Amino acid sequence: MRDVLVVGGGIAGIQASLDLAEMGIQVHLVERLPSIGGRMAQLDKTFPTNDCSTCILSPKMNDCARHPNITLHTYAEVTALAGSAGDFTATVHEHPRYVDEAKCTGCGECAQKCPTKVPDAFDMGLRQRKAIYLYFPQAIPQVMTIDPDHCIYLQRGKCGVCIKTCQAEAIDFEQTAREVTLRVGAVVVSVGFDFFDPRGLTQFGYERCPNVITALEYERLISASGPTGGHLLRPSDGQPARQIGFIQCVGSRDVRYQAFCSSVCCMHSSKQAVLACEHDPEATSYVFYADFRASGKGFREYVARAEREYGVHYVRSRVARVTEDEANNPVIHYEDADTSRPARRAVDLAVLATSLIPRPDTARLAQVLGIEVDSNGFVKTEPLTPVDTTRPGVFAAGCCRGPSDIPESVVQASAAAARAASWLVD
Amino acid sequence: MSDRPRVGVFVCHCGSNIAGHVDVAAVAEYARSLPGVVFVQRNMYTCSDAGLTEIKTAITDQGLERVVVAACTPRTHEPLFRGACREAGMNPYLFEFVNIRDQCSWVHMREPQAATRKAQDLVRMGVAKACLLQPLEEQEVPVEPAALVVGGGMIGMTAALNLANRGFDVKLVEREPELGGLLLRLDKLYPTQDDALPLVEARIAEVRRNPRIEGFTDSMLNEVKGFVGNYEVVVKDHEGRLSSFTVGAIIVATGARVFIPEGLYGYDGQRVITQLELEKRFKEREIDADRVVMIQCVGARIPERPYCSRICCTTAIKNALEIKAHRPSAEVYILYRDTETQGTRYEAYYTRAREAGIQFIRYSPERPPEVSAKRVVVYDELLGAKLGIPYDLVVLSTPLVACDGASELAQMLKVPVDEHGFFLEAHVKLRPLDFATDGVFVAGTARWPSHLEETITQAYGAAARAATILSKDHVTSSGVVAWVNEYLCRGCGACVEVCEFGASSLVQVSPGVEVARVNPVMCKGCGACASVCPTGAMTAMHFTDAQVTAMVRAALSSESMS
Repeated sequence: MRDVLVVGGGIAGIQASLDLAEMGIQVHLVERLPSIGGRMAQLDKTFPTNDCSTCILSPKMNDCARHPNITLHTYAEVTALAGSAGDFTATVHEHPRYVDEAKCTGCGECAQKCPTKVPDAFDMGLRQRKAIYLYFPQAIPQVMTIDPDHCIYLQRGKCGVCIKTCQAEAIDFEQTAREVTLRVGAVVVSVGFDFFDPRGLTQFGYERCPNVITALEYERLISASGPTGGHLLRPSDGQPARQIGFIQCVGSRDVRYQAFCSSVCCMHSSKQAVLACEHDPEATSYVFYADFRASGKGFREYVARAEREYGVHYVRSRVARVTEDEANNPVIHYEDADTSRPARRAVDLAVLATSLIPRPDTARLAQVLGIEVDSNGFVKTEPLTPVDTTRPGVFAAGCCRGPSDIPESVVQASAAAARAASWLVD
Repeated sequence: MSDRPRVGVFVCHCGSNIAGHVDVAAVAEYARSLPGVVFVQRNMYTCSDAGLTEIKTAITDQGLERVVVAACTPRTHEPLFRGACREAGMNPYLFEFVNIRDQCSWVHMREPQAATRKAQDLVRMGVAKACLLQPLEEQEVPVEPAALVVGGGMIGMTAALNLANRGFDVKLVEREPELGGLLLRLDKLYPTQDDALPLVEARIAEVRRNPRIEGFTDSMLNEVKGFVGNYEVVVKDHEGRLSSFTVGAIIVATGARVFIPEGLYGYDGQRVITQLELEKRFKEREIDADRVVMIQCVGARIPERPYCSRICCTTAIKNALEIKAHRPSAEVYILYRDTETQGTRYEAYYTRAREAGIQFIRYSPERPPEVSAKRVVVYDELLGAKLGIPYDLVVLSTPLVACDGASELAQMLKVPVDEHGFFLEAHVKLRPLDFATDGVFVAGTARWPSHLEETITQAYGAAARAATILSKDHVTSSGVVAWVNEYLCRGCGACVEVCEFGASSLVQVSPGVEVARVNPVMCKGCGACASVCPTGAMTAMHFTDAQVTAMVRAALSSESMS
């Protein structure tokens, strides 16, 4: 039986890999970043159960790492896919980590000594990491990676503090990129999504006002493992944020940007509003929305509880702009849909629910894989063949085929595994 | 004590992860003083190849009978160390993990002395337990490579075909005389406006052609016994004939039914009808209405049924577009609370509806529409004014509700349903298609109202989940399971009631005498049964009273407080 290639190691890629592996199929899981885990690893809690995201994801990541049928290719990219369904040849380009994966134990002593600080992408730049780093504390594999753009040794040929520090002798500056050729019967694409950059929508004040942040930045702020240790502190002055405004549909349902609905924001904002109140009973949350969409299992009940138990205010409205008062408080100007009148509310922190959009490299990857994207740039699928792409033998799951919440992504991943497995006849 | 087993303790530095905050040398030195401990070693990384080799060598050279590792967390590393013990010829359940990273160095980072004392306390407890560990055996049970699919609608058929095409035999049980389910009653599909019937008919033909699928129409499940890999199923047809077979996995795809709005908005089945009745009129070409008013959330998002049924907004749009297609001059109004048109496809569909001239009017539940003989009166929340809309036809969008017989089926399969009667999955986030009972899965609207696209996805997904079991020759139980002392058991059944996994059952051992038996393949070793057992007959292996008591004693023993 042929192997299967899974491209993208977020929750969808992880689930697809585990399902295939448990069917006795050999899986190659390719992840662009130094660790699998994807977006879900960046989230604090998940709706509608408020489960800690890492706590439920981490065991699955470990299962992937330990599974005898799964080979992880992290920090790697697919560069070619030749052949046809049932008999593909894939080329995988593995970037050098400059760290020997077999020797490194991820203890992190090298990072403590490394002199170079770099904004931490995992933490949305809200804190610094070193040039040698573990992608996040629960990273899989648990090995360090050297950032070649910032490592002094790689840039200028001197330093080497990590070499002296590492007792496992894992640092290897001689490492080079590797090309791996894989023969596979089917491919699952699960490369996920990106968030729309709200800087273009200047009316919402992102960058202009320090206390206007995005929903993903909020997740890192409120996460116990995040840059503030889980304290919801304002970027401008480090003071606790008590009045929080959540602005929905930033870039979504707007023909000038994304005509589509991003599906998950009504619920993730509700969750974030609830979390603010759980962290600080004096906090008050306001959610400014157009249509409230909560049709998943247990969602309406969750929203009712947010209103009843946590006093979350849901304001049906259209937000016109965000200004700032003299205390750096964002002031949200909106039209209240219930009164049809303009209104405003000053808050300590404003959180923008920005659209889920295709990753910028999705189009290029689609070209490499020989599949089409739809008019929005997501991997193209059809309603009656929901996980089939336009190329036979190549399947898609998760947010790369359109905005989906976690359980939807997991279901799509299992479905893609089932579809992929049917191409693996001997 | 001379009969104390020989214990080896390995303390991990984890680089500086543990050693940076816990005095590892002091912990190791302390371990040496504990009763039973004959060997102690510190490792930079116990999990490295070197560390694992040292464990294996010590088992052989030092004649170790128990191994204790004080390190990061059993969550990630217990299987690794158990494996090392197994490779050295030791029963892996004679291994004990002491967590001194998560529970000491990480949480007490700023108090290194206290962290070190706590690590010593935990090691003392771990050693005390290790001395009482017993070798445990894992059991293998063969898997029957066949599946039962309950429900012969689109979802059941899709799941059945995927499994059959992969070489598994499938038994497909449908209550109705025909396969096809709810889709047979629909006219069009959204968002493509394609006819529903050709799709269903093609799928039915495919099922009929497939030699691996045995269909039982007009039939119901009569009995289900057994466990993952080995479910014994009895099916009864409408004439009362019984068929029995064994399957390794079960997929529940029984669907849902449409709520009938008796007594709401003047529902009469004539001029005030449901969306499903409208579809029937489309199919019979009996639609001649110039002014149609659709009312959303009829019987949904109300206190006794608080959920949103997910598919009604798109269903209303589909049928509104169909009316417009037949009669472009027709006026169609959709009275809604929130438009539930998520994602790329359905938001575009909503836009298409507005472009087609369909009028959307938002109402609030405080001021619901009123249907009189001639007009629907609605307070338009956006305009802030009352509108009277004359109508020929009112169409009520009613929610999907749990299908009849769902709770009986759930009882037979020993799986739960939620407060609305929908099947309740093992974990709403990461196990959306699994039940807590191994080998039983769910797909489609039996779980929750879903769009056709989503239910097809779930059908394939459930097939994959079932295939993870059917692809294996055996299922293996853990050694950590509950065990019954039948001399102490008085057959009260408390353990049967408390077991979430259906692992415990009462069996008659002699006339009038029942005792509990635990199926080790179904048991998860959670210990719920052991804690409710009034006679002490039930033991959670690996967490026996003696072992836990020894740990508690060790925790409280003052002589060892260093």
